[in-house]
Amino acid sequence: MAVTVSIPTILRSHTDGAKSVEAAGSTVLEVLDDIESRHSGLKERLVKDSKLHRFVNVYVNDEDVRFVGGLDAEVSDGDTVTILPAVAGGAR
Amino acid sequence: MLKIRRDFVDEIVAHARRDHPDEACGVIAGKEGSDEPERFIPMVNAARSPTFYEFDSGDLLKLYREMDARDEVPVVIYHSHTATEAYPSRTDIAYASEPEAHYVLVSTRDPETYEFRSYRIVDGVVTEEDVEVVEPSSKADTGSDGLHED
Repeated sequence: MAVTVSIPTILRSHTDGAKSVEAAGSTVLEVLDDIESRHSGLKERLVKDSKLHRFVNVYVNDEDVRFVGGLDAEVSDGDTVTILPAVAGGAR
Repeated sequence: MLKIRRDFVDEIVAHARRDHPDEACGVIAGKEGSDEPERFIPMVNAARSPTFYEFDSGDLLKLYREMDARDEVPVVIYHSHTATEAYPSRTDIAYASEPEAHYVLVSTRDPETYEFRSYRIVDGVVTEEDVEVVEPSSKADTGSDGLHED
């Protein structure tokens, strides 16, 4: 099960500068674990206490995984997983 | 230093005033590597809050795909503070994840005047930078013809 994972600028230091990497897995978590096996350090930037970090958005194709099972969201062969840092902040 | 056209400054301030007392947010995209803000893209503050802003996650995906397709990056990422100084908060710093971007903050706490300031935020370190406002007419001519190679 090969998927393409799009890596945001700020995390490309973990992928030797690559904008996207190929990975295997049937859930988002499996995909991240697979990437971690080759690009150590990426997963801890995205996952905290077994949950997706508040500061990051992960999409399977067009779907924000928060609405489709989080790290357990299913991925299929040929899917694109996109990682994007949230753009947020504020005076609070 | 941030070099920005006056009409973009006006657009950002107008957006901030329009959404006051909620925070307003958006980006100005530009060609990758140019450091030139060229395309003004106001975003919806999905939090609709006077103390927090967040791009809607669907809008964010659309925005980045569109920028990718055009070889653009977010040269400016702006938002407003509506009751406090135009200085990055702890939250702003925690979320900042575009080390190449100019983080512009506008304060609308005073109805008569505004503060417009720009920062780099890299690895949690905030550095304020000068803002040079240029007239759009003189800027529009330059394009990529190499007149501005500083």
